[in-house]
Amino acid sequence: MGRNIRRVAARTGFYLLVGVIVFYTVFPFYWAVVSSLKTGSALFNVNLIPARPAWGNYVAVFTQQPFGRNILNSVIVASATVAVSLVLAVTASYALGRIRFRGRSTLLMVILAVSMFPQVAVLSGMFELIRTLGLYNNLAGLIVSYLIMTLPFTVWVLTTFMRELPRELEEAAMVDGASPWQIMTRVFLPLLGPAMVTTGLLAFIAAWNEFLFALTFTLTNDMRTVPVAIALISGASSFESPWGRIMAASVIVTVPLILLVLVFQRRIVSGLTTGAVKG
Amino acid sequence: MAGVTLRGLRKSFAGTEVIRGIDLDIPDSRFTVFVGPSGCGKSTLLRLIAGLEDPSAGSVLIDGDAVDHLPPAKRGIAMVFQSYALYPHMTVYDNMAFGLKLARHGRQAIRERVHRAASILQVEPLLSRKPRELSGGQRQRVAIGRAIVRDPRVFLFDEPLSNLDAALRVQMRLELTRLQAELEGTMVYVTHDQVEAMTLGHRIVVLNNGAVEQAGSPLELYHRPRNLFVAGFIGSPRMNFLAASLAGVGGDTATVALAGGGRLAVPAAPGKVRPGQRVTLGVRPEHLNAAGEGDLRLDGIVLVAERLGSETYLYVRLADGQEVTVKAAGDTSIQSGDQVPVGIRGGACHLFGDDGAALVPTDVQSGEAGPPAS
Repeated sequence: MGRNIRRVAARTGFYLLVGVIVFYTVFPFYWAVVSSLKTGSALFNVNLIPARPAWGNYVAVFTQQPFGRNILNSVIVASATVAVSLVLAVTASYALGRIRFRGRSTLLMVILAVSMFPQVAVLSGMFELIRTLGLYNNLAGLIVSYLIMTLPFTVWVLTTFMRELPRELEEAAMVDGASPWQIMTRVFLPLLGPAMVTTGLLAFIAAWNEFLFALTFTLTNDMRTVPVAIALISGASSFESPWGRIMAASVIVTVPLILLVLVFQRRIVSGLTTGAVKG
Repeated sequence: MAGVTLRGLRKSFAGTEVIRGIDLDIPDSRFTVFVGPSGCGKSTLLRLIAGLEDPSAGSVLIDGDAVDHLPPAKRGIAMVFQSYALYPHMTVYDNMAFGLKLARHGRQAIRERVHRAASILQVEPLLSRKPRELSGGQRQRVAIGRAIVRDPRVFLFDEPLSNLDAALRVQMRLELTRLQAELEGTMVYVTHDQVEAMTLGHRIVVLNNGAVEQAGSPLELYHRPRNLFVAGFIGSPRMNFLAASLAGVGGDTATVALAGGGRLAVPAAPGKVRPGQRVTLGVRPEHLNAAGEGDLRLDGIVLVAERLGSETYLYVRLADGQEVTVKAAGDTSIQSGDQVPVGIRGGACHLFGDDGAALVPTDVQSGEAGPPAS
């Protein structure tokens, strides 16, 4: 009897904990959704579900500033960052994971060390660099600067995966007459797929959410990416914060990420858990 | 098909020499087995032939042409790996066709060659499966099929059966022999298992410490081992070695005095070895008997009797403390703890000098005989 009670208590405690965690993580997003559907003073009434959802905020986001353009900027910057990171990381991981050369582990440590600098520490130096390259207020400047955040972990994750691919597989392909490029593209890439989806998605999210560089390296409204654009949404006067529009914009930019994660869900899990390719 | 010639081949890894100058002729259309303990360099030697490693010195010739500057794909070789190394994301068909596609063969030609190889190996029903859906034996066949479709001049096998269970290994061994006869291919096979070497090879190359200890037909190695290493490595259970000293020389026989007492006349030419010097007497378990018959009789006590059904192996400690293995009949009544007289026939013994080299009678010293007609 006593054991039964304890088991029920343990289970209740477990679900209570799960409930708290879910509430803690989901509530802010729920609040954003609810707030985005309210206008004017309704914002300051506490309603769990708005009685009359107003879609005006969603329209206003696009009409009162170039938000469509901002979304497009974010898509371009994040996609380009992912593409460049993956190309560089896959080729780098082939060298770092497969070829023995002097200073390989030092190089890997340096790559890891790059990701340890806080963004602020490199901000002013980066600013000079971007300006010298003529990339100020240009999406290309953002892509270049985001690579210092995404490359370290894409290189590291892919190098780990590359090392786990059996050496004999590569040798079999060599005997079959494959060039190094064909070994990469025809043998390794298909096997690295799950790892590339996972790291690519993480890189996409990092680039999509980035704020500090995007704020510093852009000047005009139509070069801004979404996080900066949202932060700079202003009301009719400087004393008014248009919460409704800010919330609507936040919801709009969150949805693509949720969709991406849902689409690649299976791949992400397999990419994170299974590294080994068992023939 | 073509023979392979190795000339003064050497290979070092980070200052350690693993192949120490090998000169070897691998005959055309024959099954040659490299055998040796782990770390003897046999796999490295195979990889040097394949072109997966570059030699530090020396050269590899296939069909008389030096191939040292050629990549693996251009050498006309095909290799079967220990782990099979099938491409996990490709079907069996694509695994076999991959090399042909890279070489830009026509679609029809590829189909024909893959199907012919698949039918030789009886894997046709599996062509559309992925490697992970196959058993170990099936994967092994596909790996061999991938080698066959390349229509190579030389097949290279790197311990291909070591991942299979015992029953399957025996079956695949037979199939490899059949396959070699059918394709009449030059096959080079690496293994650490002397039974595999004896059963598969027309010619066996025994390697140790990166050098060739002896090369010859299976029976040649069994009957006329050139040194202690080959004598101990070929044959199962291994040859017994007894400490002795040379007592006298006469014609084609040498008389030895065993450390534990007793004298025995052995067919051997001691060469430079002088009477009184230490020698090693080698005799296989199957040439000893537990009935005390023969030219010399040693008393011993049975420590363990291993019954295999068809035969019994007796592990006997002799009076002087040395241990020997004796083969007896499967239904022998001898048990552990029994006193047995161990009989030795001088004619079946081998004699080795202090340096390990066999003291072979002059009439068989001429060296390797050619491979036997199969």
